[in-house]
Amino acid sequence: MTTLGQKVTEPAAPPPPARQRVPQRPGDVIFSGAARAAGVLILVILAAVAAFLVVEAWPAIDTPTADLAERIQWIEDGQSLLGYVGPLVFGTVLAALIALLIATPVAVGVALFISHYAPRRLAQVFGYIIDLLAAIPSVVYGLWGALWLMPKLYPFFVWLSDTFPFIPLFDGPVASPPRTILTAGIVLAVMILPIITAVSREVFLQTPGLHEEAALALGATRWEMVRLAVFPFARSGIISATMLGLGRALGETMAVAMVLSPGLAYSIFILQAGQQQNIAANIALKFPESTSIGVNVLIFTGLVLFVITLVVNMIARWIVSRRAEFSGAN
Amino acid sequence: MTTLRDPLHAQLAGKKLTHGKLPRFTPIGLLVLSVAIVSGLLALFDVFSVPLAVVLGVVLFAVAIMALSGAVEGSRSARDRLATTVMYSAFGLAVVPLVSLLWTVLRYGLDRFNGYFLTYTMRGVFGGMDAGGVYHAIVGTLEITLFATVISVPIGLLTAIYLVEYGPTRLGRGITFFVDVMTGIPSIVAGLFAYALFALFLGPGVRMGVVGSVALAVLMIPVVVRASEEMLKLVPNELREAAYALGVPKWLTIVKVVLRTSVAGLVTGVMLAIARVIGETAPLLITVGVIDSANFNLFDGRMMTLPVFVFRQYSQGLAPNGITTINYDRAWAAALTLIIIVMLLNLIARLISRLFAPKTGR
Repeated sequence: MTTLGQKVTEPAAPPPPARQRVPQRPGDVIFSGAARAAGVLILVILAAVAAFLVVEAWPAIDTPTADLAERIQWIEDGQSLLGYVGPLVFGTVLAALIALLIATPVAVGVALFISHYAPRRLAQVFGYIIDLLAAIPSVVYGLWGALWLMPKLYPFFVWLSDTFPFIPLFDGPVASPPRTILTAGIVLAVMILPIITAVSREVFLQTPGLHEEAALALGATRWEMVRLAVFPFARSGIISATMLGLGRALGETMAVAMVLSPGLAYSIFILQAGQQQNIAANIALKFPESTSIGVNVLIFTGLVLFVITLVVNMIARWIVSRRAEFSGAN
Repeated sequence: MTTLRDPLHAQLAGKKLTHGKLPRFTPIGLLVLSVAIVSGLLALFDVFSVPLAVVLGVVLFAVAIMALSGAVEGSRSARDRLATTVMYSAFGLAVVPLVSLLWTVLRYGLDRFNGYFLTYTMRGVFGGMDAGGVYHAIVGTLEITLFATVISVPIGLLTAIYLVEYGPTRLGRGITFFVDVMTGIPSIVAGLFAYALFALFLGPGVRMGVVGSVALAVLMIPVVVRASEEMLKLVPNELREAAYALGVPKWLTIVKVVLRTSVAGLVTGVMLAIARVIGETAPLLITVGVIDSANFNLFDGRMMTLPVFVFRQYSQGLAPNGITTINYDRAWAAALTLIIIVMLLNLIARLISRLFAPKTGR
C-alpha cells in the first residue's frame, strides 16, 4: 500500500524550479492528506479483515486433529478441520448454485423487460419495485420463507419427487415441513434477484442505440434486435452480474439459518432435510454457544467463506472493469 | 439466395408483400381468455387454486399467441410474441415474492403492532404471556446503526472526495476496485472481523454494541463511497473552475462548492446505506448478542436489535402454554416495524434527492 502511495505523490511534487512554486496552503495539504488517508484506510480495513480472521483462525489450524474432536462437541472423532469445512463448503456452493439457476433467467428477463419492453414511462417505477426487493432485510425473508413459503412449497416438492423419480436430485421422501436446501435456494434466489437485475439492466441500457436502430431498420423484430444487438454487447455484463449474485448467495446467512434444517453430508438430495448446511448459517447458529477453540474453528470457516467470496467478487469486478474500458471505444 | 437470381416479378407473383397483423387488443384478450379457460377446467376437476390457474393460463396463452401469430403474422413474429410474453412473465414472477412478503408481514404483523409493543421491553416476559415489546430492540438498532453511520460517513465521504476530486491515480483505481470487492463481503464475515478485532484487545467472549457498529461500518463504508462518488461526479466542472478562477483554494472549493451542490444527493446516499445495513442480522447476532431489557450503553454489555429480535422470537418457536403462537406474532410485528423503518428511510431518501436535486444536463 505504501509503495503505491509514494508513487502517486511524486507527480504531485513541485515541477522544475524554472517556474514559480505553486503555493501549498496548509488547508489544502491537510484536506488532501485526510482524503487520501481515508482511501488508504479502506484498503487497510480490507487487509485487516483478512489479517484478523487469520490470527483468530490460527489456533484452530494449529490444534491437532485428535484434540479438536475432544474439545468441541460438534466435531466428530477423527474429523479433521478440513473434513469439517468440506461439507460446509459443499452446502454453501450447492445452495448458491440452486439460487443462481433459478434467479439468473428471471433476473435477465426482468432486466430486459425494464430496459427494452416495459412502457418507457413505467420503466423507472418498475425498476424501483425491483429495488424494493433488495431493501427488505434478510431476516424478514427468512421469516417469510420459513412460516409462509414453506407450507406452500410442500405440494410442489411432492409433485416434483413423484413426477421425476428417475432424477436422483429429487429422491424422496420429501421432508415435511420442507426445511430443505431447495427451499433455501428458492429464498436465496429471491434475495439475489435484485442485484443481478440491477447490473444487467445497467449493461442493457448501455447498448449503443445505433446498433439497436440498425437492427430494427433492417426489419428485425424486437426479439431479434435484442438477440442481435443487445445480447452480444451485454454478454460479459450478464456473466459478471451473475457472479455478483453468486457472491451474495454464498455469503447469505439468516435466510438459510431460518429455513434449512442443517446436516453435514456431501448430499445431492435437495428435497430431504438435514443433509446440507451453509458456512454462514452454521456460524450464526453455533457462534453464540461456542467458546475458545470452537470460536476459532468457526472463524476458520468464516475465513474460507471470505476467500471464496473474495475470489468470486474479484473475478466479477474484473470482468466489469475490463468491459467498461471496451464500452467506451465501441 | 437462389431465388434472388429469378426475375423479381416471377418471385413475387402470388405472394403478399406484407404480413397480416393481429389487432392491438389481441394479447390482452387472449390472456384473459386463457386464464378463464384454465380456471374453468381446474374448477371442473375440483383442483382450482389461483397460482396454478395463473401459471397454466400464462402457459396456454403463450402457446395460443404463438399459434395465432404464426398463422397470421409469420413465424418470426410468433417468436417475438413469445419473447415478449416471457419478459412480462419474468417481471410478474419477480413481483410475486415482493407482494406476498409485504402482504404476509402486514397481515400477521398488524395484530401486535401498537403503542404497547413499541414502548415495552421483553423484561420478565416468559412462556406464552400476552406481553412484551421491542422497545429495547429499537433502542439498540438506532444506537448501533447511528454509531456505524458516524464511523463510516467521514471515511466514505473523504474517500469519495479523494477519488473524484484528486483525479484518477493508481491508488484511486486500486481503491475503486477494492471498494467494489468490499461490497461483496458477506455480512457474517464482517461480524467475525469485528469480533476478532475486539477479542484481540478485550479478550474472548466480548459482546458490546460498539462491536456491532464496527461490523456494520465495514459493510456500510463501500456503499457510502460508491453513492457519494456518483453524486460528486454529477457536480458540473464549471462550478469548480469558477471557484478556482476566483482564487478559492481547492479544499475550500470542495467544501463550499462541490459538497454544497451535492449535499442532497449525499444525504440520499447515506440514508440508502443506512437502510441497507439497518436490517443486518448475522453480524449483530454474533457481536452484540441478545438481551431482554433495554441497554442504552454502546460500550457496555449486550444489546438487542430489531433484526436479531425477529430471529430470536422465531427460533424460540411455539410457546408451551398461554398464547402458543406469541413468539411468531412478535416476530411478525417486529419484522413489520423493521420494514416500516427501512421503507421510510428509502422513501425519505428518494424524496430528498427528488426535491433538492441540482438541475443537471441529464
